[in-house]
Amino acid sequence: MNFAVTDIGAVLPEVIVAVYACAILLIEPFLPKGRQEVLAYFGFAALGVAFYGTWNLMRTDLTVMNGMFVLDPFGNFFKLLLYVAAAMTILLSMEYLKREGIDRGEYYAFVLLATCGMMILVSASDLIMVFLGLELMSIPFYILAGFKRFEEKSLEAAAKYFILGSFSSGILLFGISLLYGLSGTTNLQALALHLRGAELQNPAWILAMILLVVGFGFKIAAVPFHMWTPDVYEGAPTPVTAFLSVGSKAASFAVFLRVFIEALGGIQSDWRFLLIFLSVVTIVLGNVVALVQTNIKRMLAYSSIAHAGYAMIGLIVGDSLGIFSLMIYMLIYAFMTLGAFGVVMLLRREGVEGDEIRDFAGLARKDRLTAFAMLIFMFSLAGIPPTAGFVAKFYIFMAAVNAHLTWLVVLGVVFTAVSAYFYLRVVMVMYMKEPDEAVQLSAPPGVVMVLAVAAAVVLLLGIYPSPFLDYAQEAVLKLR
Amino acid sequence: MIPLSSYLAVSSVLFVTGLIGVLIRRNFIIILMSVEIMLNAANLNLVAFSSYLDSMAGQIVALFIIAIAAGEAAVGLAIIIVVFRGRIATNVDQINLLKW
Repeated sequence: MNFAVTDIGAVLPEVIVAVYACAILLIEPFLPKGRQEVLAYFGFAALGVAFYGTWNLMRTDLTVMNGMFVLDPFGNFFKLLLYVAAAMTILLSMEYLKREGIDRGEYYAFVLLATCGMMILVSASDLIMVFLGLELMSIPFYILAGFKRFEEKSLEAAAKYFILGSFSSGILLFGISLLYGLSGTTNLQALALHLRGAELQNPAWILAMILLVVGFGFKIAAVPFHMWTPDVYEGAPTPVTAFLSVGSKAASFAVFLRVFIEALGGIQSDWRFLLIFLSVVTIVLGNVVALVQTNIKRMLAYSSIAHAGYAMIGLIVGDSLGIFSLMIYMLIYAFMTLGAFGVVMLLRREGVEGDEIRDFAGLARKDRLTAFAMLIFMFSLAGIPPTAGFVAKFYIFMAAVNAHLTWLVVLGVVFTAVSAYFYLRVVMVMYMKEPDEAVQLSAPPGVVMVLAVAAAVVLLLGIYPSPFLDYAQEAVLKLR
Repeated sequence: MIPLSSYLAVSSVLFVTGLIGVLIRRNFIIILMSVEIMLNAANLNLVAFSSYLDSMAGQIVALFIIAIAAGEAAVGLAIIIVVFRGRIATNVDQINLLKW
């Protein structure tokens, strides 16, 4: 066992975020009621410092802590994305929490702890760390989902998320224990070495692989492990939903990729077919069930399921182009989803939940800019140029064509066309329907800022994506 | 000495018990217990493999899992209590506001 002080430097961003989260918990009781907003700025500070740290460590590529933790450009790419997503979540939350009467300081601590879990997840290089990160991410999310504790819907979301989340981690853990038994190691690189050029004699490998796919499938909300998604998305407080659909999905995809490409890459032919099947049913079911939703948060939940199916194509392809396309997909998906949930939050007002699609009626008359922002996000989610969603789908499909999976591309494109129906229906309702009542929308500065940033990034990535693409290209997971 | 296969048989039975428990039992607390059984099945596996393979890693993972399971159970029980306060139900069938 060796432990170098310099190893601390590599995990400094995680340490900073965790320390700030604990500090928030300590300060919170001493703040008078109604002044809890101060802690949000604490959260920004934590994320800002961590962003700076990760930015400076960007190009380093080293494994520390006896192979437990890997600091590489791939992980750092996801970390930067997670900081931005977390900061935007806090921006969305500040006014929302006050309005809902749940402005408790712990909220920001939990957001930071969940972020810390995701950061560990994307940098995990050992199955222990994978499980630890997954739990550190999930446990704060169970609490956050039930944060509106006077509302039954929110509690129900928390209960469902907890049952299915802990169930899936149990399954994942059993898979991990089998992998350990089969290979004698929990380290991802050592697993990869063990599998190099090996013929799979033992069927337990397949069982372990299936259990891992089930565990990760729950986290990325792939069909048939998606049952929790719509319920939790609808019931949880909207900013939490946004963070859940962006942060936890991005981090879970990153670790899915790392475990399956890096550790189990040697037996790709064995898991490939399974993932192709999952991807197909996810794309089909996600898009088809979204057609009949009347609640916008549920619709976005099914849309997020469908997007998981598309992103999985990048994982199936599994070469550097596939990994690159998945990274780009997660980056773009993050901004368009955060933006869409931001618009949903603006519609929330006294007595009106504002999360039904009919609440969007005549939004273009009431608030032209918000409606236009929603138009951009919907076009982007549907994948219509010149928005970023088009670029994301383009690279995913290109990677699949290069890997001779043309039929998968055809299916993906067909169901993209199906998805246009329910995305554009929102646009239609906003622009073609008369508003049923003349109400002024409140426009909290935090939400407006998130909308402006998200819309700008979505348009910028759609029109001039090359700086982002170059950056992602540099950060692609090194295939060993 | 008990052979490895016996340990694996026990842990598989435990795992399947937990799995079925989560899927068919309707009482929230029993579901929580079933999840714990699944985690402990994995623990047993890890410790058995660790002794069989003569490597310490498995036991360390098991220790981590025990700590994490405690945290998870704490949060789970807290959620049960809040749900229970809202309405007198620990039966998951009654938690049914949200459905597709």
